[in-house]
Amino acid sequence: MKLEKTTRPLTFLRRGQPVTVGNVPPDRTLLEVLREDLHCTGTKEGCGEGDCGACTVVIGEAVDGKLTYKAVNSCIKLAHSVEGMAVFTAEDLASDTGEQHPSQEAMVQCHGSQCGFCTPGFVMSLFGMYQNTGGGQDITREQAQADLSGNLCRCTGYRPILDAAQQMGSLPLPPGCEVNEAATLAALKSIRPRSQASDTYLRPATLPALLQARAAHPRAQVVAGCTDVGLWVTKLHKRFDQVLDVTAARELRRVETYPHHLAIGAAVTLTDAFAALVSEYPPLKTFAQRFAGLPVRNAGTLGGNVANGSPIGDAMPLLIALGANVVLMRWDKKRQQVAHRELRLEDLYTGYRTNVMKADELLCWIKVPRAGKASSAAPGQELLRVYKISKRFDDDISAACLAIRMTVANGVVKEVSIGAGGVAATPVRARQTEAALLGQPWTADTVMAATAALRAEFQPISDMRASAHYRQTVLGNLLQRYWLESQGLQRINLESLTASDLEAVA
Amino acid sequence: MNARDQNTDAVTPVVISSRADAVAAPDEVPSPSASPARTAPAAGVSRFHESARAQVAGAATYIDDIPEVRGTLHAAPVCSPVAHGRLKGLDASAALALPGVRGFVSALDIPGDTTLAAFAHDEPVFAQDTVQFLGQVGGLILADDVMTARRAARLVKWHIEALDPVLSVHEAHALESYVLPPVHVNRGNAKAALKRADHRLEGSFEVGGQEHFYLEGQVAYVMPLEQNQWWVYTSTQHPGEVQHWVSHALGLQNHVVTVECRRMGGGFGGKETQAGHLAVWAAIAANKLQCPVKLRLDRDDDFMITGKRHPFAYHYRVGFDHTGLLSGLELEMLANCGFSADLSGPVADRAIFHADNAYFLEDVAISSYRCKTNTQSHTAFRGFGGPQGVIVIERILSDIARTLGLDPLDVRLRNLYGIETRHTTHYQMKVEDNILDPLMTQLALTSGYRERREQIAAWNAKSPVIKKGISLTPVKFGISFTATLFNQAGALVHVYTDGSVQVNHGGTEMGQGLNTKVAAIVADELGVPFERVLSTAADTSKVPNASATAASSGTDLNGRAAQFAARNVRDNLAAFVSGLDGCGAGAVRFEGGQVITPTTTRQFEDVVSAAYANRIQLWSDGFYRTPKIHYDKTTLTGRPFYYFAYGAAVSEVAIDTLTGESRVLKVDILHDVGRSINPAIDIGQIEGGFVQGMGWLTTEQLVWNGKGLLQTHAPSTYKIPATGDIPEHFKIDLWPEANREDNVHGSKAVGEPPFMLAISVFEALRDAVAQAGGNPEAMNAPATAEEVLRAVMG
Repeated sequence: MKLEKTTRPLTFLRRGQPVTVGNVPPDRTLLEVLREDLHCTGTKEGCGEGDCGACTVVIGEAVDGKLTYKAVNSCIKLAHSVEGMAVFTAEDLASDTGEQHPSQEAMVQCHGSQCGFCTPGFVMSLFGMYQNTGGGQDITREQAQADLSGNLCRCTGYRPILDAAQQMGSLPLPPGCEVNEAATLAALKSIRPRSQASDTYLRPATLPALLQARAAHPRAQVVAGCTDVGLWVTKLHKRFDQVLDVTAARELRRVETYPHHLAIGAAVTLTDAFAALVSEYPPLKTFAQRFAGLPVRNAGTLGGNVANGSPIGDAMPLLIALGANVVLMRWDKKRQQVAHRELRLEDLYTGYRTNVMKADELLCWIKVPRAGKASSAAPGQELLRVYKISKRFDDDISAACLAIRMTVANGVVKEVSIGAGGVAATPVRARQTEAALLGQPWTADTVMAATAALRAEFQPISDMRASAHYRQTVLGNLLQRYWLESQGLQRINLESLTASDLEAVA
Repeated sequence: MNARDQNTDAVTPVVISSRADAVAAPDEVPSPSASPARTAPAAGVSRFHESARAQVAGAATYIDDIPEVRGTLHAAPVCSPVAHGRLKGLDASAALALPGVRGFVSALDIPGDTTLAAFAHDEPVFAQDTVQFLGQVGGLILADDVMTARRAARLVKWHIEALDPVLSVHEAHALESYVLPPVHVNRGNAKAALKRADHRLEGSFEVGGQEHFYLEGQVAYVMPLEQNQWWVYTSTQHPGEVQHWVSHALGLQNHVVTVECRRMGGGFGGKETQAGHLAVWAAIAANKLQCPVKLRLDRDDDFMITGKRHPFAYHYRVGFDHTGLLSGLELEMLANCGFSADLSGPVADRAIFHADNAYFLEDVAISSYRCKTNTQSHTAFRGFGGPQGVIVIERILSDIARTLGLDPLDVRLRNLYGIETRHTTHYQMKVEDNILDPLMTQLALTSGYRERREQIAAWNAKSPVIKKGISLTPVKFGISFTATLFNQAGALVHVYTDGSVQVNHGGTEMGQGLNTKVAAIVADELGVPFERVLSTAADTSKVPNASATAASSGTDLNGRAAQFAARNVRDNLAAFVSGLDGCGAGAVRFEGGQVITPTTTRQFEDVVSAAYANRIQLWSDGFYRTPKIHYDKTTLTGRPFYYFAYGAAVSEVAIDTLTGESRVLKVDILHDVGRSINPAIDIGQIEGGFVQGMGWLTTEQLVWNGKGLLQTHAPSTYKIPATGDIPEHFKIDLWPEANREDNVHGSKAVGEPPFMLAISVFEALRDAVAQAGGNPEAMNAPATAEEVLRAVMG
């Protein structure tokens, strides 16, 4: 029997008080609820696709008894996904007597607003940084540039905004502007979790419940951070009768560390997933920062990126190079337990945005080998590099992406895995190139041969990001760059270099 | 004449800098509690933007934030799916069947003229008979909510008999497909000069367009009022034109339409004419359905429908001697105008006016073709053709220097306009305020340009993959609308009985700080603290027939008009007080919130209330028209500009010769804003303009496919600069001299000129390509990684 689906009222906290909104369809965005239902127009829509940051709000969530803060794009965030959380907008930061929060005051004092339309979004990104850095202390210019890369401003040229980020920590916090954490946590607790079974927006709190819901509602649209599905709503105008949100399943919100691998749950945000990957593989730091803008990294999940399987998704080339596996799970009705299967990440994909997952399966875990633990741990020098080519360094989508992990011992390539993006209908493993390298002496001649193999291995397309010719050329040149780096050439990758970094070279 | 306005007094010796340590400099405002004495003059101080506190709190209202009137319908555009064809009809039945859809309007519903009231009268309000670009609007769907309207708009069926589109500017030129006739400007004998030149270069290149990417997309909210009167809220740089266009389309007199705009979330020229289309469309819908209609474009639709900066293609032949001195230039410029004229005429004219940039072109022949293609109709964008002119000559001078093995700076200095001779432009205007040589020389010194150029060459010799480049380029930008009639402005200043002041003027606020500057000017004229003056929304019922806020002229025109309006009120008060104290009116001073005569000091508000009681007029209009300017539209000769604004920039870049990726490493700017009315705002314009120009020439690539579909139609595919793209070393200094012409407070216009300083980035990239052994002459703009790699590989 088909259950009549109902939409429960949505409740979240603003300024410490619960706000309840009824009749919010499951595919309505948080920005629509704020602007149209609550008439709070301080948050702006700039692009409706999470690329400009004008709609940035901060979400406060209780995690392990503490309040965490995340700047996210409200334009592609489904409203029901913030059920039971605290939502902060630019309208919520000043004290009751009108004194402005340091994130606002610094923007005023540094002349950080001109037309002002991007400003509430910048203020919220600054507020998120402020809360996450113990009152805005010690924010460097480098961090400000990285954390504000998802907020576009067309007027100022950013210098005054970067100044504001660095200076807000030195401004006094006026009474009434501080977030009362204890009271907020208590208020969050008081919002009762709603009953789930027949809801149009399902957000199960456990993995078994999630998998059961998947089995029971195979037509529900699965979402995690919604940073891609959100665009299906805003740009493709798709409608969803029912949404299954994986992000509350507590088992999947963890990164688990095992002796030989990391297991990253499908509900782990890109921010947290990359933090774990960077701590295991420090050279990934810059690449991690270049993956979308912070508000997208804070909402989107690594699992979502992998399950979505876009040929220009940046996580997959890296994960392929790292030798990652994915774990697919489903609810086994007969045995009343979770069933799973594990496969290599590159084997997940069958074509353009198609994959091997069955209707009742969900991608639940990504298992990433730890540094030096990929295989039988062949002795030798392991070098991991991931290169991304795009029109803009930050918050852009790859024209081409190449991830290479290689172990060289006694001058011979003992192990190699290469992932590539932007060159085929799916993220791919460069098997022919690997074959051209494996067992060969690590020399310029071998690299030459492998470069030719790499250029011949894929037939990329021409589009607005790059021509096929450029993609093929640059793919080979990136292998050259890898070779030069392996030979000790330092700082030849412009993505993270400043004028003073470059003074020292050569 | 107020002493402040005479250009003879004092060059301020202080160079004001953008560096972070200057944020709390003594002349700045560190915090509201420590704001400068309320008795200090308001102008010359880095006051906060008048809306800053509201903006950071989300309390500044944009059009889409205005509470909606009951019964408001939401509109979405119905856009053509093909670039060129005969339009047989539109079928909206599927759209109208969708729940929540309330109506469809098309060309058949226009009560007035079905052609827009644009200059060339060549653009249909809604597509009729033909479709001329992919994205052209054929009508609107009206619905209860915006998403329903957008969904339904895609269900409207277009019946089109497809025709071949003309998509390239070269194809259009070959077909002589133009929106306006070609223009030729000649001086001397270019052919003869080329013939006798020691050296010659010939080249072709292209420069891409640019999407404005104002953060607030195009929006209009139109309300029918009683007796067929209309209220239009719109995000526009030109309320007067919106009023004119709306009344024209509705077949009504101008006076029944009122247009209001408190602020825009960015304009950059993109809301000069383009905002008018939306208002007209919404008004037609509001007229048919007799209810308020809001039309707010989705970002993708905004990209697909509205015009961009004109892409240009060039061919040139240039002669020069062994010192790099120019001897003859033949230049052909093809402007890609899109399907209609819009502002393409004056844009292409300004490209001609700025093809000299800072240099004396003795023998020159310029041909300008305004090519018609089946794309969006390209429009105003900061610089307005100026950048497309300046980039040609800067490129040519760099190439000459490379050919001769000279420092490009020396070739530039060699060709600058002179003071006593070589000072007349190719359009016969004498350059009277030339500061190019000292300005460029000072910047070269303070930036260490020459030492760095040597260091870079040495560095490159040792760096196998990364290569650096450096360039110093100047700008000389003509200030005034080239259409002389637009150089007029009006303002109203109201003083209320409590001594508070309201100013309203014909200009619009798009973030550039116009209202902040005008309020400071009015405050100083009345001698009251800045906080007593409130700027109000642009409103066609207050100041009529105002020109667009464009051509960098907002403060020059409206600031002066407001100053005159305030001066009229002040004169009334001075006459009144001089009568009380038995002194001459000239002996009455207004400063520090006080009115001071030789015998008595009174509070401003006391004087105001006493004057009111004595029936003295406490409000006034003010009107200003720019003096000295004139020019012949057919020959493009005369004095189109009141004065020039100058500046120069040094940019240092690095490229990766394996990938073509690039980075801007260091930027030093010395720019001339005359005597600054608000240094922080001026520096903001310089930095913002520079970064926007940098985007135009590096990452901002517009890509149309073979069918005329714009594939870069949102920030996911169209990349404006982000925080990470600006160099840590980004230093702005202001040239310490007042405007030599009599301009408000001795200031100079600042909105557009700094945009062209970013050409130094492009030339530095070409320098790096040359140093990498590549072919810089092969490089087009924008210099995407792909384009740089192509040039590196020759």
